[in-house]
Amino acid sequence: MNKPSFLRESVVPVLTVLAVLVAFWYVAALFMNHSMVIAEAELKGLAFTPTETWLRSWALDKPLLPAPHQVVAELWKSTAGLSITSKRSLVYHGWVTLSATLLGFLLGTLLGILLAIGIVHQKVMDKSLMPWIIASQTVPILAVAPMLIVVLNAIGISGLLPKALISTYLSFFPVAVGMVKGLRSPEAIHLDLMRTYNADDFKVFTKLRWPASVPFLFASLKVGIAISLIGAIVGELPTGAVAGLGARLLSGSYYGQTIQIWAALFAAAFLAGLLVLVVGWSERFVMHLMGARPERRAG
Amino acid sequence: MNVIDIEALSLTFETGDGPVQALSNIDLKIAKGDFVSFIGPSGCGKTTLLRVIADLEQPTGGSISVNGTTPELARLDRAYGYVFQAPALYPWRTIARNVALPLEIMGLTRAQQEERIARNLELVNLTGFEKKYPWQLSGGMQQRASIARALAVEPDLLLMDEPFGALDEIVRDHLNEQLLQLWAKTKKTVVFVTHSIPEAVYLSTKIVVMSPRPGRIHDIVESDLPRGPRPLDIRETPEFLKLAQRVRDGLRAGHSYDD
Repeated sequence: MNKPSFLRESVVPVLTVLAVLVAFWYVAALFMNHSMVIAEAELKGLAFTPTETWLRSWALDKPLLPAPHQVVAELWKSTAGLSITSKRSLVYHGWVTLSATLLGFLLGTLLGILLAIGIVHQKVMDKSLMPWIIASQTVPILAVAPMLIVVLNAIGISGLLPKALISTYLSFFPVAVGMVKGLRSPEAIHLDLMRTYNADDFKVFTKLRWPASVPFLFASLKVGIAISLIGAIVGELPTGAVAGLGARLLSGSYYGQTIQIWAALFAAAFLAGLLVLVVGWSERFVMHLMGARPERRAG
Repeated sequence: MNVIDIEALSLTFETGDGPVQALSNIDLKIAKGDFVSFIGPSGCGKTTLLRVIADLEQPTGGSISVNGTTPELARLDRAYGYVFQAPALYPWRTIARNVALPLEIMGLTRAQQEERIARNLELVNLTGFEKKYPWQLSGGMQQRASIARALAVEPDLLLMDEPFGALDEIVRDHLNEQLLQLWAKTKKTVVFVTHSIPEAVYLSTKIVVMSPRPGRIHDIVESDLPRGPRPLDIRETPEFLKLAQRVRDGLRAGHSYDD
């Protein structure tokens, strides 16, 4: 029997999918951009061979769809190639967005947990709050964000906090819903047991409901952290595009800098992936501390 | 004095399909130090009766006293330990911390907790498993841990709801033997719910035969087997078989075959 190989079982499939995606992307870039190349040729009275048209489609300054290597080059130039204090560094803009994301995520998580605790323990809150919590998420955040920022600016709150509050607005929801389910997850038999011990609500919460809800909390946090990042980026759009990944997206679209837009998009996606990964690691660490059975790897 | 005194007790559940009489006209006295089994088919109310004693269900008629007071006051006084059908251990606590759960709620000091954990785990032969998590133990060991947790409260009364129902017969025999030894050692009053005739006859000093629709007591069989630890092969003796026969007849007579 061969031992399952990490290379064959994990790396190869991922790289295969990546290769297919990149190939597809190059073909798509060709189709999207070649009319621009032809127009340029006509303008200048030149005649490109098909091969030249191809290569030029992948090397335009402001293509409709930049080729992968252009985005990678832009990412490299704006991270490793610049001082992180530079206004054009993606590390600088990423940090601006990240700090708003983390603050908003923290506040959203706290708010979500507090709401869930109230809802689980008070019937009145369950009946009165739950419809509003759900309704809050049906409002398009793109419509709310500018108003929130303008209102907060008017009362003298600006900078990090307004953006963070938009993250909070988005991230409290999965936490509240997940934690309501988590705090209600103990089985009847576990609750009966607490009743035979004459345990009050507080003891039932600390010794049963809270530990039982931890897996639900982490599932919610994974959604919450990703959505917090989206909130922070959306929050950067109406602020006049000063700093942050959202600002890079916006200024890129002002000036038709599609390569810059795509680089910022990829930086945001990378950041989101990293944040979800960190939450996943903390989950494994906490579940290990709580004595959970180690997960068996598939295969 | 009777530890449990039940007179003309009844309980009717209100359900969507109308009222269901779970218990009807129950009269039962359980003396201190007795080992009493409730036996009967599903739906005869044996678990419900145990839950009434534990103040987990409220009767709708009649009277009941536990330890000379109401079930609620007995519960608030932590007068009983309850063992459920499933071990109901908290998966995020080690075996020792599971046994400590009621002790933490009672507000015992760490030293008192440690002493009771050690003593009760020894009673159920689980010394050395303190730091294991429930999933690392077999089903039988988990149920023994839950018995240690019930005993840790140091109640006079132990209420057990089909505690070995989910275990295979070999483990069950073994645990029955251990339970009798434990009962002889601790001199507690035990109320035990089961649907196994050999289990009921082997363990009990008194067997309450119940029948369904409505849940009621059909027969109360006083056992003349010796009290205290009994060898497993007592189940082959004529006295045992006679008792088992009487319980079986009672179950048959009480069972309605109209459905």
